[in-house]
Amino acid sequence: MHGLAFDVSHLLAGGLVLVSLMLLYQDRLYSLLNVFALHAVVLSLAVAWQAHIQEAPHLFVTAAIALGFKAILIPVALHRMVRRLGIHRTIETVVGIGPTMLFGIGLVALSIMVMLPVTEQADALTQEDLAFALSVVLLGLLMMVTRRNAVGQVVGFMSLENGLILAAAGAKGMPLVVEISVAFSVLIAFIVIGIFLFRIRERFDTVDVQVLERFRGEQP
Amino acid sequence: MNLILVLVASLFLAAIAAMPLCRRPVGRPAVYGFTFAVCTAIVVAALPALSAAEAVAARVLPLGIPWIGAHFRLDPLAAFFLLVINLGGAAASFYAIGYGRHEQANERILPFFPAFLAAMNLVVLADDAFVFLFSWELMSLASWALVMAHHHDRGTQHAGYVYLLMASFGTLCLLLAFGLLAGTHGGYLFPAMREGSLPRFAQALVLVLVLLGAGSKAGIVPLHVWLPLAHPAAPSHVSALMSGVMTKVAIYGLIRLIFDLSGPPEWWWGVIVLVVGAVTAVLGVLYALMQHDLKRLLAYHTVENIGIIYIGLGLALAFLANGMATGAALALTAALFHVLNHSLFKSLLFFGSGAVLRATGERDMEHLGGLIHRMPVTTATFLTGCAAISALPPLNGFVSEWLTFQAILISPSLPQWGLKFLVPAVGAALALSAALAAACFVKAFGITFLGRPRSRAAAQAQEVDAFSTGAMIVLAALCVLAGVLPSLAVDALSGVVETLTAGARLPQQATMPWLSLIPVSAARSSYNGLILLVFIAVTSTVVAAFVRRLGSHTVRRSAAWDCGTPDPSPITQYTAGSFAQPIRRVFGRTAFRASEHVEMPEPASLEPARLRADLRDLVWEYLFAPIASAITYASGRINALQFLTIRRYLALVFAVLLLLLSGLALWQ
Repeated sequence: MHGLAFDVSHLLAGGLVLVSLMLLYQDRLYSLLNVFALHAVVLSLAVAWQAHIQEAPHLFVTAAIALGFKAILIPVALHRMVRRLGIHRTIETVVGIGPTMLFGIGLVALSIMVMLPVTEQADALTQEDLAFALSVVLLGLLMMVTRRNAVGQVVGFMSLENGLILAAAGAKGMPLVVEISVAFSVLIAFIVIGIFLFRIRERFDTVDVQVLERFRGEQP
Repeated sequence: MNLILVLVASLFLAAIAAMPLCRRPVGRPAVYGFTFAVCTAIVVAALPALSAAEAVAARVLPLGIPWIGAHFRLDPLAAFFLLVINLGGAAASFYAIGYGRHEQANERILPFFPAFLAAMNLVVLADDAFVFLFSWELMSLASWALVMAHHHDRGTQHAGYVYLLMASFGTLCLLLAFGLLAGTHGGYLFPAMREGSLPRFAQALVLVLVLLGAGSKAGIVPLHVWLPLAHPAAPSHVSALMSGVMTKVAIYGLIRLIFDLSGPPEWWWGVIVLVVGAVTAVLGVLYALMQHDLKRLLAYHTVENIGIIYIGLGLALAFLANGMATGAALALTAALFHVLNHSLFKSLLFFGSGAVLRATGERDMEHLGGLIHRMPVTTATFLTGCAAISALPPLNGFVSEWLTFQAILISPSLPQWGLKFLVPAVGAALALSAALAAACFVKAFGITFLGRPRSRAAAQAQEVDAFSTGAMIVLAALCVLAGVLPSLAVDALSGVVETLTAGARLPQQATMPWLSLIPVSAARSSYNGLILLVFIAVTSTVVAAFVRRLGSHTVRRSAAWDCGTPDPSPITQYTAGSFAQPIRRVFGRTAFRASEHVEMPEPASLEPARLRADLRDLVWEYLFAPIASAITYASGRINALQFLTIRRYLALVFAVLLLLLSGLALWQ
């Protein structure tokens, strides 16, 4: 049982990193949102598996929140938003896809190099979990940095948040309050960013943040 | 102890009460009268604590940081500095009752003046690092506000800015020094620091930090740059407080931290302090000689006197490190006595310069002259102060410098060769600075008060009010008293010295015959101010009588200064610039890169020839200007960070995060 538990959680956490890397090379908005929904699904599976092996029922709630909000509600809302704004454009990246992917792989390596020695005292499962979680966080940040499109930045931020939840679920004994607050903070961030998107759109007819930079009198 | 704390608290209340009062005519005498009364009361209350080494009083008040409180302690060292602070404070308050009458900006002075006094008192009473640093900073800020009272005057804003920078730098250094002393357990109470023992290098670091922190406030070279800017910019009674008293609080900080808190000294600490003191003394007086602004000249002399005090303290450190407790007691007595003396005569001289400023509106000596006929009391008291600061017997400045020399004379028994060679050189520097100081005050007094008036304002000057002259007379009398009866002061200091040298002290002076001062033994050296005073009085009376007797009695009237210059214009007189010229030529070439340029007119032109002397402040040019330009360059570069886009900010955060993570990965 122990071997199986380890393997499955390893698979799911690794899957989350894989989906994060997939997020990096999406160049259409819809596909980006779909992959993000997949990301949240994998996250909720991983958290649910943690709940199962840790025998911590409150983690099921976390998994349900992740599934409900992040896999369904937010992607659907973002879909609607994109449709209402009328943007079916490709996503412009600052750096090309190839270098970004290479850099992302480097980040994964870095987080494993950092995390494994630091968490030597913890059991193997937590170790792997934390290393993967850190790479998801770093990949989310990388996505925020390399995307010009505001929607892309929102998705990057959300995937970063997913990494945090993965880490929290892996560390045993995290109270539910924290998870709920994290979920709500994400929701609020989503609302704020949504409104922000509409405002940008109203003002500049685009959600490309490069226009904002030009508006501030700077060269892109 | 309780009484003193209540009195200090009443000073704070006075600062608050002064805010509504300051625009009314009654406010000025009320505030200054109150501070005068409180300072006098603190002097009286602190006097008994000087000697009572066993009756050290400590109090904890529930102020400040919750659960820790504010710790206060009154030991002989604190009592002595309370005495210095409040003597100066009382004199300045009394002086200001009259001086402040013509002050235009009373509303910018009255609230800060009591707060400044209270903060200085609190520094001395503090028994934990929080209270010490808080009151230290309060002292800096209150004095800064007082410096900025005349902020419309040219140069004042620059002075305030430099002062604020140096003050915060000094406090930062002290903060770090306390951090080291507190150790990893966070023992921020002074008793805990006394108990604790530091590793050697940490002790040395504490010494350097304290020299930077307390030294920048005291004005040691090269950290003195703010002092001659800020001290003269303040109103004169505040200048007197800053120069005469606040620099002494800085000396207190050094003594408390180095002698009391940071453990047994090493001999090379003495070397550092001695070298700093000697350089400060000589350069301070050279700077002063080049000045023709009366208040700036006095401010530079503060730098010099701080150097003399540092020499005494450095000797004490060297003796203490070698277990020569008697020598340490002698050097400490000299330093502490000079602290008292300097506070007396420097306050007196600043009062005098304030009186001149009030009467003529001039600080530049080249526009003064001949005031002896119009301001006789100010002249007499100023002359007393000049003689005292020039270390002329039988005044007090002589006694403390003489004691410092006595300490230097027993230095050959020190075991380290470095000290054996260094101390005589320091003694030579001290002698040089004393001689130059005398020259400087001949210039300051002669150009300002003697000769003929060089401007209409000087010709129409009138003696200042009774309060101002009263304060000056009292201080002059104290200078004479401390010079004629030094035994009393030395005996009073013995309690303070005992606490710092583990029980060693000078022999009891009151029992010496004829009130002589015998620091080590009668066979070595002794000084008797009283006999000297009587001798000077008798000989000068006799000489005067003989001159009158033998001289011609016929009265002749002739043109003044008619020594081949029948021109009656006062600009043909000897000037401050001409007085300083020989010294500028000897020392200024190296110390200030001084250069002179003569501009001759064309032949047959009626233009006057001009002599221009250029001086450069090397400390400013080679130390502070490069630092300032480096900071300007760096901040100009970093300023670009204020205008990045969100994505670039994110990238920056990301890059820093990656850097830290890879550092972590590599470091493991």
